[in-house]
Amino acid sequence: MRPRRILADLNIYARNYLRNPAALFFTLIFPIILITMFGFIFSNTGASSIKVPTVNLDHSSNESVQFLAALNHTGVVSIQVVSLAPGTNFSTWLGQNGNTVGLVIPAGFAQSYAAHRPVNVTAYVDPQDPTSSGFLQGALNGVANAYNLRAAGGQPVVGVQSSTVGSAVFKYIDYLVPGLIGFAILTSPMFSIAELVSSYRKDGLFRQLSLTPLTRAEWLVAKIIWYTFLSVISAVIMVTVGALLFHSTVRLSLGVIPFLIFGPFLFVSLGILAGSAAPTPESAAVVANIVTFPMMFLSGTFFPVSTFPPGLALIAHIFPLYYIIDGMNQVMLFGNATRALGDIGIVLVLGAILFVAGVYTFRWREK
Amino acid sequence: MPDTIEVTKLTKTYGPVTAVNGIDFTVRQGDVFAFLGPNGAGKTTTTEILEGLRPRTSGEVRVLGLDPWSQGRELHRQVGVIPQEFRFIEKITPTEAIHYYGALFDTHPDAPKLLEQVALSDKANARFDTLSGGQKQKLGLALALVSEPKVCFLDEPTTGLDPQARRAIWQVIRTLKSEGRTVFLTTHYLEEAELLADQVAIINHGSIIARGTPEQIIEAHGGAERLSVEAPPSMAEYLKRSLPYPVQAADGRVNIEMREKGDALRILTAIEASGIPWKGFSTKTDTLEDVFVRLVGRMDEGEIKGTALA
Ligand SMILES: Nc1ncnc2c1ncn2[C@@H]1O[C@H](COP(=O)(O)OP(=O)(O)OP(=O)(O)O)[C@@H](O)[C@H]1O
Ligand SMILES: [Mg+2]
Repeated sequence: MRPRRILADLNIYARNYLRNPAALFFTLIFPIILITMFGFIFSNTGASSIKVPTVNLDHSSNESVQFLAALNHTGVVSIQVVSLAPGTNFSTWLGQNGNTVGLVIPAGFAQSYAAHRPVNVTAYVDPQDPTSSGFLQGALNGVANAYNLRAAGGQPVVGVQSSTVGSAVFKYIDYLVPGLIGFAILTSPMFSIAELVSSYRKDGLFRQLSLTPLTRAEWLVAKIIWYTFLSVISAVIMVTVGALLFHSTVRLSLGVIPFLIFGPFLFVSLGILAGSAAPTPESAAVVANIVTFPMMFLSGTFFPVSTFPPGLALIAHIFPLYYIIDGMNQVMLFGNATRALGDIGIVLVLGAILFVAGVYTFRWREK
Repeated sequence: MPDTIEVTKLTKTYGPVTAVNGIDFTVRQGDVFAFLGPNGAGKTTTTEILEGLRPRTSGEVRVLGLDPWSQGRELHRQVGVIPQEFRFIEKITPTEAIHYYGALFDTHPDAPKLLEQVALSDKANARFDTLSGGQKQKLGLALALVSEPKVCFLDEPTTGLDPQARRAIWQVIRTLKSEGRTVFLTTHYLEEAELLADQVAIINHGSIIARGTPEQIIEAHGGAERLSVEAPPSMAEYLKRSLPYPVQAADGRVNIEMREKGDALRILTAIEASGIPWKGFSTKTDTLEDVFVRLVGRMDEGEIKGTALA
């Protein structure tokens, strides 16, 4: 590995890339269009929210109904009031009906609130589904904070704003930002590397490169650096547009960096593999699409996986992108470093396997 | 002088096709070696085996003492290659390409000077996909020189170039030779080989059918010097009767083979005596091209076998 060669290859690749208007559009403009579109369409509806079966033991008092409405307004959860037959165990019922979260408003909620007496709503969460529970807890904390503030200060507080993640109210846009960063991490290498590998091979460019001291690993590293750079750019764009247009509260933090590096590492390797497997540049594009599209929609890019039907949510777990997006959610939203570490571990192992397989199948001259 | 390239019983088959059929040759250090042959003769196959781009089926190959296939990385630092169809990254300019190769080979090339050498200065900053076929070829040659190679493999470097550009490339090849570098050249322009090459090999159907300096090959396989006039076939008939030399009529001309220079006088006297109208006499010796066409033609008609000739 010679840095001078890697930098030279990176330089040439970047120049060629930047001189291609279509590639630039897909890298810089298209994600902005996506976030704007999805942001406007879904920000104010509950379309993507998590269903939360809720038992209201306060006999549907005004205060309790308003509290639930406020939760609904976060856009993250969708409260569905259920009435259970007497004697039913709510926790068991939730499990039997395929729910991982639930909520109970205690009797006397309105009275306690009016009297400024502490009152606890009970959130039922399934530790197996920390994402949904994270969403619910986040929404609850946020709304509860708002209520407390109003009750204590005696002034109405419109909306909830908070800077600490744990008590922030997450809006759809807050999930969309990491989702679309994941989208960029996936698509920018997958939509160019596979075809590139195949057409370089067809045009004899790899044979020419094989006559220089540049090694395949150096060539690959240069590509990974370039796509890491592009992911950082799109992360900055997403966070900025999300904050400016939709008042999203997610911010970039150091914890995101591993995903911005190992994500491209994984997908550049996968792109090499797809490009090496396909006989022509055209079929390389098809192979890349077959791999990319299901992953693009089923990994929580546009909607959190926790809002998927259970079967689909299970399928999501086979896609590497799921772990990248989940990990970025953990880092950017929930501050759950342990789970993010697990995610990055999975990404790293998958990436390493694909990298080795990629280098192995990637040939510069005929056998 | 040690041999830079040594090829022994080299054979290459592609499935049922035998592209190269047990050829032997050596190239001395500092020589320009021209590898000639019709389309599909096996030139590119041989060249790419020497470059380490293709594995051989059997035989021995050494370039600078190295096995090109298994010791490619070591070899590639010392050789420059221009492939038969040179392609490059589309939106990159010749100047950028030269600096790129410079970084890869860890040299510091003088891009303007290299581009001037290959007559491409006017396109120094044009993107590769806007270059004409000949201009692309020139860039290929410039890149082959970036590494200051000991051996240059040039597979048809002048094909598709205009006469001016071809002369520029010839000059580059002469310069390479004057710097003591070895040049392995394939070409379809026989006059190019005659002008530039120290050694020539002619390959056909995977076998070498002639080898040596251009002069040796012409000497060995060329015909006698001929006197030629523009005249009707009846002239040929007349001369056949009146002269002891072989006479042929072709393309409106009559050719008479001479044994020595002095014969010209006797032949011209006979032509004048015929009373048949004629004009424009000239004398002609075989060029490498004449020999090439004859040898390849005779081999294709099954008259001679490859490697039977040397
Ligand atoms: N990859 C390949 N697979 C199968 N056959 C091949 C392959 N490459 C070359 N051949 C065959 O090998 C023979 C020699 O080809 P080669 O390219 O060496 O010819 P050449 O002398 O360079 O011809 P040209 O003057 O047209 O460039 C041809 O018959 C060709 O069809
Ligand atoms: Mg050829």
